[in-house]
Amino acid sequence: MIETITTDIYRIFIEPISRAIYNVFIVHDRWAQWLSGLEMTLSVTFFALLLGLGIGLFISIIRVSHDAFEKPNIMLRLLNLIVKTYVSVVRGIPMVVQLAIWAFIVFAGSRNQLLTGIVAFGINSGAYVSEVFRGGISSIDKGQMEAGRSLGLSYPQTMFKIILPQAVKNCLPALGNEFIALLKETSIAGFVAISELTHVGNVIRGITFNPAPMVFVALIYLILVLFLEFLVRKMENKLSQSDRRSGKMVQRLKRKRLVKND
Amino acid sequence: MIKVKGLEKKFGELEVLRGIDEHIDQGEKVVIIGPSGSGKSTFLRCLNLMEFPTAGEIWFENEEVSKYRKGMDLNAHRRKMGMVFQHFNLFPHLNVVENIILSPVSLNRASKAQAIETAHRLLDRIGLSDKAKNYPATLSGGQKQRVAIVRALAMEPKVMLFDEPTSALDPEMVGEVLDLMKNLAIEGMTMVVVTHEMGFAREVGNRVLFMDEGVIVEQNDPETFFSNPKSPRLQDFLAKVV
Repeated sequence: MIETITTDIYRIFIEPISRAIYNVFIVHDRWAQWLSGLEMTLSVTFFALLLGLGIGLFISIIRVSHDAFEKPNIMLRLLNLIVKTYVSVVRGIPMVVQLAIWAFIVFAGSRNQLLTGIVAFGINSGAYVSEVFRGGISSIDKGQMEAGRSLGLSYPQTMFKIILPQAVKNCLPALGNEFIALLKETSIAGFVAISELTHVGNVIRGITFNPAPMVFVALIYLILVLFLEFLVRKMENKLSQSDRRSGKMVQRLKRKRLVKND
Repeated sequence: MIKVKGLEKKFGELEVLRGIDEHIDQGEKVVIIGPSGSGKSTFLRCLNLMEFPTAGEIWFENEEVSKYRKGMDLNAHRRKMGMVFQHFNLFPHLNVVENIILSPVSLNRASKAQAIETAHRLLDRIGLSDKAKNYPATLSGGQKQRVAIVRALAMEPKVMLFDEPTSALDPEMVGEVLDLMKNLAIEGMTMVVVTHEMGFAREVGNRVLFMDEGVIVEQNDPETFFSNPKSPRLQDFLAKVV
């Protein structure tokens, strides 16, 4: 009796799963394809993230400065117009379509998948990050700018040393969201034949006549996102150090409920 | 030291200052009182050009500063005038010492080591040496305001402007801030103080100005100002607050 149950379990679950793993990862060294797909996904995400952060920071500072001055000069007005248009255009076009434009028009002559992916996703992300930063900067009390300026600091000095460090802290949860969205959004890059993780999974699904690769793809994304969440939480904790009203020791005791919360 | 001629300030249609003429000498302690919305704070903020005058002139040490609009001149002028705000405006992401040294170090007025030494000396003076590494969130209101005052002092200003420095404090913390301000006054700092603390005005001020509806209605030495107010509006105001 027990013997038949174990054979059944083996026949129904273990055997097909191990066969799937064998076919999907091991035969023809397919694990190498998986690895290169994963690498592409991570590289595109990471560099697009950096590009997006740079663009987003630049745009948000221009827009906030433009709004802060009573009479912004012509240069600032022009820049503001350009970046506003950029944000509208990027947000107004579906990512897949943007990707196609970059791959089939701008980079049509180049076969550099990585570069195409980084530029397409970075420029898209920059528009969204700029709005996140803009919100973060406006959340800072205007007394902070006044205090900085009254001490004789210039506008850029006050911006970079006083306003931005606080703004980044405030918009970290929203930024974390954006990073996670970006990571998952790179899964459409297969549309223009960039061989990232989803693309690799889908190709192997086609070759093996087995839908299992998509489940593995899902699991890998999930693990990556969990890791990103962990990183963002770590950063939030580190940056919120200055908000704590009591020292580290009291914090630790509170966590263990040895001291009452106030 | 400070000369103000025909100062006017409008915010859009709203006329906040409607012609102010005033001289403030070196070492003077001028206290400004008046109902809210009378333009006291705006007047103070025009002195260090946190607000740009719509009309009129402001002279500081024989230079017309009101024509500065941006850049080096403007920042250099502000460095000479320390400002203390009602809501302290300490930088919450920096600890107490970092708050104090940020400006001197960023502007290359002192090396980091020198600035830290100065900061500790200033903190020692206000009895907050043990809070040097604390973040502002862990300080009481009175402690925050005292740190804000020494942060301004770290720039070695020639004038200190106080914009209702005790209005946001719990009553039991007002004293410690006023004591520090009195000490500064005794040391000879030129001070312009907007406040509702009549006791402070009487005790420390050389001169008290009463502002209403954008003009200086009346001014006098504290003794005469409080005991013998001339204009009906000041009489009315004093009757309400004292």
